Amino acid sequence: MSSFRGKSRITAAAAAVALAGALTSCVPAAPAGNATPNSGPSGALTVFAASSLKATFTRLAAEFEARNPGTKVTLSFAGSSDLATQITQGAPADVFASADTRNMSRLADAGLLDGTARNFATNVLVIAVPPANPASVTSFADLARPGVKVVVCASQVPCGTAADAVEKAAGVTLSPVSEESSVTDVLGKVVSGEADAGLVYVTDVKGAGAKVKGIPFHESGEAVNTYPIAAVGPGRNNELAEAFIAMVAGADGSAILSEAGFGAP
Amino acid sequence: MDDTQTKETMKQARNGAYGGIPRWVYAIAAAGGLLVLLPVAAMVAKVNWPQFIPLVTSESSMTALGLSLRTSAASTALCLVLGVPLALVLARGRFPGQGLLRSFVLLPLVLPPVVGGIALLYTFGRQGLLGRTLEVAGLQIAFSTTAVVLAQTFVALPFLVVSLEGALRTAGNRYEEVAATLGARPTTVLRRVTLPLVLPGLASGAVLSFARSLGEFGATLTFAGSLQGVTRTLPLEIYLQRETDADAAVALSLVLVAVAAAVVALAYRRPRSADISLAGRKSPTAAPASGGGVP
Repeated sequence: MSSFRGKSRITAAAAAVALAGALTSCVPAAPAGNATPNSGPSGALTVFAASSLKATFTRLAAEFEARNPGTKVTLSFAGSSDLATQITQGAPADVFASADTRNMSRLADAGLLDGTARNFATNVLVIAVPPANPASVTSFADLARPGVKVVVCASQVPCGTAADAVEKAAGVTLSPVSEESSVTDVLGKVVSGEADAGLVYVTDVKGAGAKVKGIPFHESGEAVNTYPIAAVGPGRNNELAEAFIAMVAGADGSAILSEAGFGAP
Repeated sequence: MDDTQTKETMKQARNGAYGGIPRWVYAIAAAGGLLVLLPVAAMVAKVNWPQFIPLVTSESSMTALGLSLRTSAASTALCLVLGVPLALVLARGRFPGQGLLRSFVLLPLVLPPVVGGIALLYTFGRQGLLGRTLEVAGLQIAFSTTAVVLAQTFVALPFLVVSLEGALRTAGNRYEEVAATLGARPTTVLRRVTLPLVLPGLASGAVLSFARSLGEFGATLTFAGSLQGVTRTLPLEIYLQRETDADAAVALSLVLVAVAAAVVALAYRRPRSADISLAGRKSPTAAPASGGGVP
């Protein structure tokens, strides 16, 4: 009987160890690129970038890998605020590209940046309407017409802050039917035809192709969003991170970015 | 319940181990418990207590909580209206395609809520299957509180149906047969015998539906939008607050956890006390409503 007990205790310990192992293995390991720092830029690089950079950074990463054989760029896209929070909590990012300066400052204040951030692109708001433009929107003032279903971002997110600034500059008060928490959700409501118009970035409209029509308006110049990029935390693959940032902020980067509708910083 | 306990005791006697469960099971069970408990505890530890009351009672928070409670109550009512007949038909009826119907009713349980939202959008949206007809009739669902209730009902309905169907199967239909032989019409049997018999299952199903509605996020975000006082329920408010004010998000999360915990506790206490009151009328295995399995 007692040997039976002993055995079950061992099983318990083994199970606990196995479980602990399974749990810890869920934690993403740091990039393996640290091993070979001296042979030019090579190894693995993890880039955290704002959702609006998905198309451009995917292209840039492929280009970077092609030019630097032996490198592997892993991309993670999400809202800038989410990414900044993840990095603060220890997520293994080597480079952070934010859609606004506020979230970059958060990391700088927390001492998580390696060097200073560089601005590499700008973005402005545009009115997105379904291709048929059912509410015949032609100007920013049209958005305030009764019966026009307008969707914007909530003030808490960068695109909402920009929308507020534009509203103020234009002297127009909007009464939106929904204040979404991401610009993707605003675009989604316009693409699906639920909303008559939405305030999104000019790059979102370009990325959506024929599914929406963009209507530029001059008040958008009052709220230009600046995109900064920086290497994260000392001690990771700094050389590779700097090479990637140089490419994004350099001529190759700006060619791809301007093609997608981004402006120069 | 006594029956199963006796069986357990007999099994233990046979094995000669009075603890009943091997000790290593406790170790793994503890790890499982911790997996749920630890994150909640970590969140509680993060709460900014001095600011808790102002954060939770801010205008936007109270509006979101009020909207959440109102829409969840409406969804639960809608779940009862639609779910009770569905459960009855699935448990007692005999018709071709019954298995298929059950699979479809249970689908929202396993579907990611975002997918549910997209499906609802293409049904009730302006450009959707029914949306255009509804718009002609003067009904606009998009961006309205109705859309929130629809999204919540969509995800919560299976909880009620599963609970009730399980209860109906466990209860058996002997009492209904007796009532019918005594001359009661089907509607009378349903009202006087069937429903009182499965009341505990019905209650816990309703409570679970309410809890699921309260936590609904993905389908609402996709389908209904987010506007204070109209469609921005508490989970959506938390998601938004998280962008700028982590303290507010954590405080509101705690409120939601508290409400959810209270609701779940209610759901698991109800059936037991109700079983006792029904014990005289009802026989063998009065399993809790969620136990759909028939022994």
